[in-house]
Formats: sequence, C-alpha cells, structure tokens
Amino acid sequence: MSDDRRRLVGHEDGTHPDWEPVIGLEMHVELDTQTKMFCGCAVTRGDDPNLHTCPVCLAHPGALPVVNRRAVEYAARIALALNCTVRPRSVFHRKNYFYPDLPKAYQISQYDEPLATAGWFDYWVAGERLRCRINRVHMEEDAAKLIHAGGETGRIAGSDYSMVDFNRSGTPLIEIVTEPDIPSPEAAREFLQQLRATVMELGVSECTMEEGQVRWDANMSVRPAGSDALGTRTELKNMNSFRYLQQALDAEIPRQIALLEAGETIEQETLHFDPDTGITTPLRSKEEAHDYRYFPDPDLVPLEIDPAWVEELRATQPELPAARVERFMRQYGLSRADASVLAPTGALAGFYEEVVAAGAAAKAAANWTMGEYLAHLNAAGLEVGHGHVTAERLARLVMLVEDGTVSTSAAKEVFARMIEERAEPGEVVERHGLGQISDSAELEAIVAEVVAASPSQVEQYRGGKQQVLGFFVGRVMKATGGRANPQLVNELLRRTLDA
Amino acid sequence: MTTLDPLRLTARDAKRLLVDGEISAAELTKVFLDQIAAVEDEVKAFILVTADNAAKYSTKVDREMQAMRGPLAGLPIAVKDNLVTEGVTTTCASRMLHNYQPVYTATAVRQVWDGHVVMLGKTNLDEFAMGSSTEYSAYQVTANPWDLDTVPGGSSGGSAAAVAAGEALWALGSDTGGSVRQPASLCGVVGMKPTYGAVSRYGLVAFASSLDQIGPLTRSVYDCALLLQHITGRDPRDATSVELPEPVVLPSAERLDGLRIGVPSEYLDVGLEDGVRARFDETLARIEELGGRCVEVSLPHTEYALPAFYVIAPAEASANLARFDGVRYGYRCSGPVDLADLYERTRSEGFGPEVKRRIMIGTYALSAGYYDAYYGRAQRVRSLVCRDFDHAFSQVDLIASPTSPTVAFTAGSRTSDPLAMYMSDVCTIPANLAGLPAISIPCGLSGGLPVGFQLIGPAFSENRVLEAAHALEGAIGFDTAPPFRGSRSSSGERDRGSADTTPRPEDTHP
Repeated sequence: MSDDRRRLVGHEDGTHPDWEPVIGLEMHVELDTQTKMFCGCAVTRGDDPNLHTCPVCLAHPGALPVVNRRAVEYAARIALALNCTVRPRSVFHRKNYFYPDLPKAYQISQYDEPLATAGWFDYWVAGERLRCRINRVHMEEDAAKLIHAGGETGRIAGSDYSMVDFNRSGTPLIEIVTEPDIPSPEAAREFLQQLRATVMELGVSECTMEEGQVRWDANMSVRPAGSDALGTRTELKNMNSFRYLQQALDAEIPRQIALLEAGETIEQETLHFDPDTGITTPLRSKEEAHDYRYFPDPDLVPLEIDPAWVEELRATQPELPAARVERFMRQYGLSRADASVLAPTGALAGFYEEVVAAGAAAKAAANWTMGEYLAHLNAAGLEVGHGHVTAERLARLVMLVEDGTVSTSAAKEVFARMIEERAEPGEVVERHGLGQISDSAELEAIVAEVVAASPSQVEQYRGGKQQVLGFFVGRVMKATGGRANPQLVNELLRRTLDA
Repeated sequence: MTTLDPLRLTARDAKRLLVDGEISAAELTKVFLDQIAAVEDEVKAFILVTADNAAKYSTKVDREMQAMRGPLAGLPIAVKDNLVTEGVTTTCASRMLHNYQPVYTATAVRQVWDGHVVMLGKTNLDEFAMGSSTEYSAYQVTANPWDLDTVPGGSSGGSAAAVAAGEALWALGSDTGGSVRQPASLCGVVGMKPTYGAVSRYGLVAFASSLDQIGPLTRSVYDCALLLQHITGRDPRDATSVELPEPVVLPSAERLDGLRIGVPSEYLDVGLEDGVRARFDETLARIEELGGRCVEVSLPHTEYALPAFYVIAPAEASANLARFDGVRYGYRCSGPVDLADLYERTRSEGFGPEVKRRIMIGTYALSAGYYDAYYGRAQRVRSLVCRDFDHAFSQVDLIASPTSPTVAFTAGSRTSDPLAMYMSDVCTIPANLAGLPAISIPCGLSGGLPVGFQLIGPAFSENRVLEAAHALEGAIGFDTAPPFRGSRSSSGERDRGSADTTPRPEDTHP
C-alpha cells in the first residue's frame, strides 16, 4: 500500500520554531518474579516452547487466576520509585480481544482503578533537570509468543503456519503511563533510559531489551509553540530500541507539522516505524480501533493493599540512580557529567565506591573507572566486577600514580599488563621497571644528552622562545619510555638551559 | 444382599448399610448401574456413563476398606458435565468441547473423589449451563422421570433427572440463576446453592463467574448437608472462595420453634400456577404447625432482578466463552483460510443458538457507549437487590418462596420463546445476584408433578437453611419415587454419536 506511505517532510535544519512537540510515553516492563502473574508456572526466558504452562496460563476451561503477591510488591516498588500513590484498593479488569497469543481472549489488566497514580519522575537532558508527571502504574499479564513460519515478513499474513509458545503467557507485566510532558525526541530517549535504569536498580526486572522484557509506546502530537492546547496525537507502538524511538519521533514530528501547515488535519491512528526507511506508516486507524469492552474481572477480588505494607516497602527501597548521582556529586565532589556516568547503575557505582574505599582519591578514581576500566570492560565484553581488575587493584594503581611511583603515561601500560598478566600493579611495575624515574642523577645524564643533541632548539630557547621547553620534555620522556618524573624533568631542563 | 430401591435410597441409609456390612460398595454401585441400564434410554440423564470405572473403583473401595474409609467412601455419585474431570471427557453439552479431555480435576470433584465416592458418569445440561430445561444440550434431551414428556428443568437437568430416576444416589450440579434449585424442584429432589464463595469454582467451566456456584442434588436434606460438608472450604486456586465461618453440620431439627420465615409478596406475583401456589400455602401452614412464624416481607426490587441477571450473566459469559477459539483444544472448523475464518466458523459451528444469543447480548451490553446503560445499571440493580435482602433479614431468619412458578413443562414448549424460558428462574435468580444460600425441597405434587419450596438465608447461614429444610422435609414426607409416566418422543434430539472416553487422536489437538 505505497499510497499510504508518507515521505518524511521536514525543515532541513530539524528545528520548527513555530511548533512544539508534545510526547507521552507508555513503558511495559516484564517483572522477574519466580512465577507468573496468576499461576504457579515459572517465569523463564529461552527455554523450549510450552514447558512452563498449566490450565491457568493455557486458559483451559474452569481454570481461575490467583494474584501473585510478589508481583504486587514489585509493581508497588516501581510505583514508589516514581513517586506515585499506591492505592489501598485497585481492581483487575478484563480487556477483551481475540488473538492466538491471548489464550483467554481477554487480558487481565487494570483500567479505571489502577495500582498507583499521580507520580513524577525527574530526569536529566543535556545538564538540565526535567520533570515528567506519571499518570499511572498498573499491573497486567503478558501474552504468549507467536512464531510465524514461512512467508517473508515473519508476520502472520503470508506465513505458512503459526506456532504459539505459552511460556511467556501470563508473565507479570507493569505498564507505566506518563502525562504528555516530554518536550523532544531526545528527552523521550533520556527519559526512557533513566527510567529503565531506575527499574533495574529496584531489582524487579533486568529490563533486557533484546528479549522485549521492556518495550514502549509513544503518543505524539504537535502544537503551536507556547500553546497549552493538545493536538490530535498519533501512537507509535511496541518499540524496544531507544535509537529507533528517537528516530521515529524525529520522523513523525515534521510529518505532523507539514500536514498542519498545509491546513490538513492529523488523524488519530497507530503508526508503525520502519527503521530502514525512516518512514512511519499507519497500522490501524481509530475507526478500526478495538472496543476492548473492559469490565471488572469477577474471578478476582479487588486488590486491597495495607498502607503499612506500602510504608515497609518504602523504607526498604534501594538507593535509586537519581539520588545516587546527587550523592556522588556531594560526597565525592564529582561533576554532574561524571556522576551521571558512574552513579546510575548499581554495579558500576558500587565498583567506583570500592575503589575509593580502598584508598584512591575520588576524582582520580572516577577518571580511571570511567576511562581505562570501562574501555577494558567494553573491549573484553565483561560485566562490571568481572575480570582481573578488581576494585582493590585499580585503587592501588591509582595510588601508585598519586604518590609518584608511576607516571600517568606509564600507568596505562601498567593497567594493560595487569590484565595480561593477571597481576597486582606493584608486581607489574617491578617486573617491567615501569616505575617513575625520580633519580636526579639518572635524569641529569639524559637531560644533558638531549640538550647536547639539539643545539638549534637550545638557541631558540635561549633566544626567548620559552615554549621550546616542551620539545625537550618530549625528548626526555621518549628517552625514558615515559617513566621520567615530569616535574623533575622540567626542573632539570630549566636548570640546564637557563645556566 | 438386601434388595434396595434406588428411587428411595438416601446416601445416609446407603452409608449405614455399607458400614454395617449389609452391602458392599460394588453391590451398591451395581444397583445404580443396573437402574441406568434400565431407564437411561428413556431418561437420557447422562452424556457419559463411566460404568467400567465405577465398577472397578467400587471394588477397590471394598478391597481397600481400611485405607479408603470416610463418610463418602463407596457412595455412587453423578457429576454435571461442566465440572472438569481429568482424563474423563468433559463436554459442557457443547459441540465445542465434544472431544475435550481435561488435564485436571475441579476442586469440588477432587474433594469428593478424595473421599472415595464412586463416579457413575457425567450428566447432561443446557450447553455451558445456559438454559432452564436441558433442551439446549448439543447431544440429547433429558426427560423428567415424573413425566417423560416434560423437561427436567435446567441447566443441571441431567443431575436432577439422574437422582430422581434412581440412576444416581446423589449428584453435583452448578447454579448460576437457579440451575440446581429449579431442576431439583421440577424433578422432586433436594437441590442447594451455597453462599457464593463457599465452594471453590476451580474447574467449574465458567458461565457467569460472579454468580456460579456448585451445589448438591440429593434425595434428602441430610444428604445435601453431607455432600456440602465435603465440597465447601477455601481453595487457594479460587480467589473468590472463602472458609465458612462455621462448618456445615448434619441437620437434625424436627421443629421450627421461634423461627421467623419471611414471605416476599413480590415472589407470589410472578404468574404462579395454581397448584404451585396451593402447595406453597400448605407448606407455609406446616411451618406454623412446626412452631415457625410466617410474616410478609418486601423485596421491592425483585422485578428488576431478572433483567439485571440477563445483562450481567451474558456479559460475563461473553468473556468467559471467548477462550473457545479453536486454537488450543476443543472443536475447530475444518480448513480455515485465515485467522478470522478460524474464529468465525469455529464459534459459529461449535456453539448452539442459546449460547450464541447470550454471547451476543453480553458483548453488546459491554460495548463502548452501552456499558453504563446496561452493565453499569445492572450492577446498581444488583446492589439494590442485595440491600432488599439485608433489610428483610433484619426482620426474619429465612425467606420462603416457590422455587419455580410452574411444575415441569412439556418438552419443546418454550425453546422458541426465550423470555418464557427465562421466567422459569424468576424466583431463584435473586439469591444468585445477592450470593445467598438457598435450597429447594419437594413440597408435594401438582397434576402429578413435583412442586419445589425454596428457603433463602443470609450469607453463610447454610446450617440455618439446612436445619429448617430438614424439619420441613420431615413434616412434608414427600415420596421421591417417580412413576416414569408418559412416553418419549425422540424428536428434536441430536445424536452425539459415540460417547466413549477415549479421545480420537485427530480430535484431541486440532
């Protein structure tokens, strides 16, 4: 249906001074509970199909759902992290529609009485703090997984046959719905990344994106800049990549603006974004929209939540990324930029704090952790805390630099050899003679050689061109393999040249 | 071996004979299997008779008497075919589940199985329990043993007819709007719907989840209490089930001294047949003779209960029956061309007309723009019905009414008039809406057909209801043996074909 496709229309510089986008997001998170939302089957990933099923999650006749209390706890923890009010009474509804991945032909979800409402989440975009209001957090169950065999698209249309894997059927799912407070595609990406880090920190979901454990929908409209009104929105569904989300929004904003500027109207519809073409195409329009016929699930009594239990949860919440960023700035004197790299994930933050606790200076420890250490993890494909560079070893290396035993440039070689030789930094320095040369006599000889070898530069220097000093420092460093104590070298050079 | 009359034998007496060694479980089971062999061709109460299993299991009960003891051990029972039974085909009298082999057993059935009852088979019902005459079964029309040309009521008509015809000692049914009590009334047996939540619904194929309750059909009130004792209790698999505040006690009352019985005028204004009214009034007089006091009460919203029920029940049913889609089990249309075709034809071909009617009504009532006008309003009516009962029970201990406005009606006389059929449940539906315990006991005959007397109690007053019904039953002295009069015409029947438990492999997983 190529006539349904709309080319990306936009201002070439990407700015639209007369218009502003309004973005609202919905994020779905599968919880890492041991068992499913309404039955005792194990929540697993990657097992053979249909191993973890029972009459309840296969929707056999007569089977009934029972709420997983741990899932309620996890959902409440998310709600609390988003500053929501956990309601003392919430209700499960049935959301009715037919599809082979939905065995009951209704999804148990929450509707007008969700678990939690009215919160907010602060996030940072380019050094600026933004607040997004959270409309609600509610609980539901995931559908099964469909695999369409044959055909080219992997979609149901055109496939030879389809298979259903019910392992995922009934996995606890949380939906977080924001207010339309997000001002740009970049902010949308930042919001979701920081929200995901927060959910991960709670220990309620690993939020792996490849497996769709976390996925989101975006609602987007544009309005004249400065206006309070909300325009007609379109919806982008089921995205599970931050980059695609931003790209899709980047494509959708100019499309809407172009339509409005041409005097046309936006149709409320659900769009599909094709990352290969950068084009959004309609999935279904409002007229085709499902009537889900929500009604309270009579198999489940309303969920009554004791406020005292909520307070217990609140008291036992882990430190969340945003709070930790602030603490790192305060406690370690880090810049927001550095704290925002080190603090958000618990593992890296913990590692950094161990390095500092083992005696390294905070700022140097930050530089080493963010620099060499992260680069090493990336290169080796390791998780934080794994590999041969322990926090203690990194701390000792940082301290060797600090006390002048190792020069900064030699320290990088020490780091590389620590990994290669699975060794302590002290051993490496000793074994390979990487210690800093602070012996004046030894350096004096080298300085004398360097000066003698470059008479023209000596002349320049003495002629008043002070910056030539750098040339000599470089030569000395080269001659010592970077191990010369730079302060001492400077001193000796000046003494020799100024004599 | 004593000669036993399967038409009059109670579970209580049968148990005594077993305990005294007068009869073995195998012999007792054979009494009922023989009666099935003798009358089932005419009565057609069972969709499936598990004769071999029953014979085998009863022998095992005899052999392992020490291990397999207990109040229910060796007592043969029939089970409505909307209660799932592992390994035993469960059809809900629908083509949709013609081949369905459950992979688990309903909690209530499991409880009686664990008590070593002997299951005789699965009984007929209106398809998915939707109906009041058992004529909406996809497989067969069950006859009322009192007059084979009349219906047994429904939807638990198979269970009621089986007990009345002496084909079972007792039976389990389910009651959503009267589906235990109304057929009990029409077949001259005792039937009880417990308080909502008293019996686990796990494994009861859902019709309307907020109304469904499993209940006993028996030949005496004592038997009813005995069976109820074993199926009540909180089930971790049913979030709506609860522990009864006091356990069910086997009734012994012979008097009703001091008991206040409310008679709601609204229930007498529903087009009662004269004979029904006469038996009802006589029974009220007996209550007074037994020391009880009958007073008029008002349940002013009664007339709205039926329409509210016929919004709420279909609404819930429309979602409950959506799972029958031809994907995982049960009937599947042949050669679907795509997904929509699979759904449309599977459901068009798999469901009968009454089920479709209710799915359509329920879908409509929940649709955007109509929800408040129908489902929302029906729920408000339901609250008013509950409030009526609360108010009445501040004045009286129990409420009495006829169970059904009529005695058994002629087969085929109402199938083309759904509203007339729905009126059969006008006296039973309010107790479902309010979740209250209610019992029907036979209180005499009208034109040779049984009349039922209903007692409704406050929530969890099962013992009060049972004691009063027991005293009244003793005073009435109803003879449960039917005359099997009339002759079956076999018109309107659809043959289900083979009803064996062995699944045909090509049918099991479509």
